[in-house]
Amino acid sequence: MKERFNYLFNSTKGLILVAIAMIAVVTAVWGMLSGPMAEMGVREIVIKLLGMDIVQAEREGRIIILYHSIAMAVIAIETYMVTGLLKMKAFFKTAVNLLITVGYILTMVFGMGFAYFGHNWAFHGLYITGLSLIFFAGVLLCIALWPWNPEYKFPSPVIGRGVRGEGRGEGDYARTKKGVDLERVAFFTTAVTTVISALFGAIPGSYFGNGFETFLAENIIRLPHKSVMEYSIIGHLHIMLALIAIMITLIIGRWLNFNGAWHKVSMPLMILGCIVLNLGVWGVVTPLEPVAHMIIYVGATPSMLAALFLLIWSWNKFAKEGTAHLAKPTFLQKLGAMTRDPLKFGPTWQMLFMNFTTSGIGIFMAIRLDEVFRVWPAREERIELTGHWHALSAIIATIILMYYGDMLGLKGKVRQIYGWSIIFLSDLALGAVTVFEMKRLFIAEAEQQPLVNMLMYMIDFGLGMLLVLLAVVMIWRLTDLFKPKGRWTEEATHELAEEAAK
Amino acid sequence: MKRTILFWTRTRADKRGKDSKKSASIRVNPRPISFVLTIAVLLASCAPVDLNAPMPAFDTGVDPNAWTQVSAGEFLYGQFNEEKSTPAFEIMVTNVTAQQYADFLNAALADGTLKIEGDSVLGYYPGDEFYGAKHEIEINAGDWEYLPLADPSQRVKYDGTRFTVQQGYENHPMTMVTWFGAWGYCQYHDASLPSEIQWQKAARGTDGRPFPWGWEIARENANFYASRDPFEKMSSFGSRTSPVGFYNGKTYDGYATLDSRSPYGLYDMAGNVWQWIGDTHWQAGFSDRLMHGGSKDTYDMDLRVWVRNSAPPMYFSPGVGFRCVR
Repeated sequence: MKERFNYLFNSTKGLILVAIAMIAVVTAVWGMLSGPMAEMGVREIVIKLLGMDIVQAEREGRIIILYHSIAMAVIAIETYMVTGLLKMKAFFKTAVNLLITVGYILTMVFGMGFAYFGHNWAFHGLYITGLSLIFFAGVLLCIALWPWNPEYKFPSPVIGRGVRGEGRGEGDYARTKKGVDLERVAFFTTAVTTVISALFGAIPGSYFGNGFETFLAENIIRLPHKSVMEYSIIGHLHIMLALIAIMITLIIGRWLNFNGAWHKVSMPLMILGCIVLNLGVWGVVTPLEPVAHMIIYVGATPSMLAALFLLIWSWNKFAKEGTAHLAKPTFLQKLGAMTRDPLKFGPTWQMLFMNFTTSGIGIFMAIRLDEVFRVWPAREERIELTGHWHALSAIIATIILMYYGDMLGLKGKVRQIYGWSIIFLSDLALGAVTVFEMKRLFIAEAEQQPLVNMLMYMIDFGLGMLLVLLAVVMIWRLTDLFKPKGRWTEEATHELAEEAAK
Repeated sequence: MKRTILFWTRTRADKRGKDSKKSASIRVNPRPISFVLTIAVLLASCAPVDLNAPMPAFDTGVDPNAWTQVSAGEFLYGQFNEEKSTPAFEIMVTNVTAQQYADFLNAALADGTLKIEGDSVLGYYPGDEFYGAKHEIEINAGDWEYLPLADPSQRVKYDGTRFTVQQGYENHPMTMVTWFGAWGYCQYHDASLPSEIQWQKAARGTDGRPFPWGWEIARENANFYASRDPFEKMSSFGSRTSPVGFYNGKTYDGYATLDSRSPYGLYDMAGNVWQWIGDTHWQAGFSDRLMHGGSKDTYDMDLRVWVRNSAPPMYFSPGVGFRCVR
């Protein structure tokens, strides 16, 4: 029992498994409270069965706590990945993992308890305590990541090739002349800005919480006059999701051992983009608000370019490595090699796909806002707003699941089925979501039902099967825990840094 | 992957001149079946919707010409129960019906209040103050579209001389009408569109309830998305409006409704159609007009009385109607 507990709460892979399982449970149960389960009457059964206390006026507050519960677990997963992949002192690693684990579990258990099962104020206090612990974990992580620590620098002076002293192979990495690892700076920048950006939610959260006047950003988007606190919340939710996306991009790069010329260009862009993006978002609560969007666009561009460079580098690498035995590989052979391993190809593919479901939609909306979207009723615009960030969140989740699949050591057909299922099912569902969001562009309201039905089938099938796949993995992992020499015994000692691509 | 290989194997065999029918009979390939199914689903999704599918006709027994008094005094406004006060006013018991609106059009056309240009009915609106705010639409004094005539969802028809209502829709709420058209109707009857405060008070009374009839919602309370009422068919045309006052506790052809009147006796203050609100520049520089009540096309959460929707005043939809106050 003690060994299993140690695995689950003291090893990187165990901690990630627990967090994924927690998210899976919350998603499965609370997913039944909205469409299509709500339409089928399942919602009422779940509410009665679990004894939920649903007050109509508190829906927005409940949803905010639900979002935070899931988001904190995702942030915990990314943190485990960072502490598992990057070199840092053992004390920091233990402290960060401990704080964030206790933090997200308190947040999730007591937050959801408070929101959905009556208002026990002790639960609310513990929910806030959980969020605070996560904040402190973030502060500690920033200290742990300090890139100017001599221990984390490349040997200096070294011109050109450097060796990263973290159990990884040789390669060209982005670095300063003095040997500072720019990838570590990128991780550090993301962590620091995440901690600061959390305050943009925490401060107005306390303010609104005091009077219980919660709101969802998508419901006030059209109001020309918003308070500073409202702007702060809107900025907070945007930047936090963007930072989660930036962090997972860096994690994937580290996992794949991103290096070479693309890495050298990409990392400075990632740092620059992250800083400017944050400045733009923080600017919405200052007199800079009228130009804040322009700053955000300026910041988002280098960040997205950096991700694009990771994609180019990794696809090129997979194609080259997979066809190394061939003298003159054809295009199809290269394509086959590139897509041979869905778990490694998938994350960057999903990043590319994200441009159709999130960035593309966002840019299109920004360009045609007055001509198209503001002609529609606010509820139609709300569909786009909620749809695009749900799609981005789902894409980040699939990327995590693909990396997790690799951590599990999935091989052969299982690896192929697992990887391609995630890609196909999520892209099917999210592609349909995107069409659903934009449907008013090409179909009249009175004539939309058959199209809506088909899109709903695609969305429900894609997401439903994805959840089934996740459930299968969770059941497998649960049964594995009952085996004395199960896979968990190996995972208990393996660290992510050792397994990152050489 | 294996399915793909089977499929391509057969295709290559066909290309070599072998009997394709024989190949198909030997090896039942699931890929073409799933392909055909996919195409069938796609085609089904593109099938035209019959906007004139037969509409069940029910007499609700509710008089759409009735008005009711809302007493003066305080009530709880909005999601967070802010105390606000209104003077006494009268409000229509139901939404304006298609028949009522057609009668108005005939009268207003005859006396020159309205005119027809192309496929639109136009009427005068004195314009709004313009603040020059971001995204604000400038609405000047002049003729504005009250309703479109050519839209296939329009239930009020014009034959060149008179306006009539498509059979079966007489006692349904008037839809496909712009805010200007709703404003014009109320003005013509020496009334006005309700302000947001008036609308909410009429909808929820004074006890802070989220729905006009009480604290919870059931399918039989209102016409909302997938509420399984006799007027909807989600597999084809989707949701449609229900006659005004339909949710009055009566049973129609075996479909039992719940009496869903508001504390002041108003019907359909949640669901069926969004209702235009009269406030202009609810916030300075906000040229959209508010709507309340949710509709046949929205989930139950949008039927909570404080939930706002908004659109530019020239917007019209099969899910938007109105009622007047005086």
